[in-house]
Amino acid sequence: MLCDVCKCNDATVFLTQIQDGKMQKVNLCDACSKEKGVEDPKSFALADLLLGIGASEEIEKSALIQKCPVCGFSQADFKKTGRLGCAACYTTFAEGLHTLLKAMHKGTEHVGKLPQRAHRTIQLSHRMRALNENLQKAVAEENYETAASLRDQIKQLESEQLSNT
Amino acid sequence: MMKFSSVMTTPGEWLRGEGPHHQIVISSRIRLARNLRNHAFPGWAKKAERIAILDLIRPRVEQLAEMQDSFAESLQDLSALERQVLVERHLISREHAAKGTGSAVVMNRRQTLSVMINEEDHLRMQSIRSGLQLKQAFKLVDKIDSALEEKLEFAYDQRLGYLTACPTNVGTGMRASAMLHLPGLVLSELINQVIQAVSKIGLAVRGLYGEGTEAMGNLFQISNQTTLGEKEEDIINRLSKVIETIIEKEHDARQILLQKKPSTLWDQIGRAYGVLTYAHAMASKEALNLLSIIKLGIDLGAFAPDHRLSIDELFIDTQPAHLQKCSEQKLNAEERDYLRAQIIRDRLKLLPKPDISKMARESGNGSAAKAS
Repeated sequence: MLCDVCKCNDATVFLTQIQDGKMQKVNLCDACSKEKGVEDPKSFALADLLLGIGASEEIEKSALIQKCPVCGFSQADFKKTGRLGCAACYTTFAEGLHTLLKAMHKGTEHVGKLPQRAHRTIQLSHRMRALNENLQKAVAEENYETAASLRDQIKQLESEQLSNT
Repeated sequence: MMKFSSVMTTPGEWLRGEGPHHQIVISSRIRLARNLRNHAFPGWAKKAERIAILDLIRPRVEQLAEMQDSFAESLQDLSALERQVLVERHLISREHAAKGTGSAVVMNRRQTLSVMINEEDHLRMQSIRSGLQLKQAFKLVDKIDSALEEKLEFAYDQRLGYLTACPTNVGTGMRASAMLHLPGLVLSELINQVIQAVSKIGLAVRGLYGEGTEAMGNLFQISNQTTLGEKEEDIINRLSKVIETIIEKEHDARQILLQKKPSTLWDQIGRAYGVLTYAHAMASKEALNLLSIIKLGIDLGAFAPDHRLSIDELFIDTQPAHLQKCSEQKLNAEERDYLRAQIIRDRLKLLPKPDISKMARESGNGSAAKAS
């Protein structure tokens, strides 16, 4: 991601500010953040001060255009309703949601109930990934005996995955 | 399958008030929000998708062992009045009552369990118990959640937990709440302090029907605000501890009133009894506020304890939709007020005058009200 000010260096400082219920984000490189003296983000209205009046609206507009590829829900819809469109929206809008969830909740990670079936699915997919990685390694090392055994395990796992859904 | 008329005639089990601390904690509720992985949330899904979601979920809910003797209905097949009755019994939310095609409710006969389909989330499962029984309520709803999860694929993220339409519910998807009757704290003007203290520790205090509703009848709902980053058990324990502290504060407030302002208390109870016994028109809010004082009078010994249930029932039976359902006709506000006053007068015929001598004795030994 490039710095919003100089647009040539990689951004290393990411600022988010919520003002009057609107979220503003600015990404800066090391040099620009120092130049602008970003020490205390509370003391200024982020985007306006850094990029000049109007710039914050522009950033917001581009964020509002972003749509969830699964359900077509946009950030503008979220602003209107305060509700998301589908489960995939949590991935689509992950960046903005993270800030929101952090401010809203005790933590940012779930530590409660694990649904058994979803848990099994996740475990199976982890095992599958590990097996596939090992298989590739075995093939690359021309270790065909191991590869054959791994292939059998993958087949076995595939049928388990099928019966789990 | 149960009929709506039998929902009407059987009061919910929680109303019988037999749970721990039932004098102050009317009911404990746990609600879990769940969604299907591969469908848009109800607020964003088109009508056809909402119907498909309902067709997928409803039979699986009705098949639950806990729902063998159940009442299940699509929202569009319930009249506005019937929906309002369910709201007044806290079996569906006000939001759900406003839904139509593609939404439904399933509840068991004891009315301890109700499942809303396509409310704000695909599934809103609620368990309600009398008194302070948050753990027991959670156990019940947790069980049906696990049973449904075997048949339905829930939207779940390893990091964020259960995914919900509103980010305020993400994680556990759980809202634990208790309805408290706090006339002592209101009369001694300490209630705002309590509300402020509770808000500061991340819990919410609301009125009778949840978010944005007024506190009537000295009834307050207290619930968790946050759902992410804390285990279900921990949320419930934290809430239970706070509720236990509030119960203590309420008992203390009552004792102080008895000792320092017995005449004020006696006056309040006497007036409530007088107005309820002789009024011929009564608005719902006034009825709740006066009934609350009678309920306090029972707790303090001014009335015999065997009148508790009939007073508790009046809290629900005098609500607008219950009145109209009971009289089987739609009534305007004025007619409702006449009918409400009449029902209250009839039931209170069995309630003898408040007995000040009994109450004075209560104040003498100090801890009688606490013995509950």
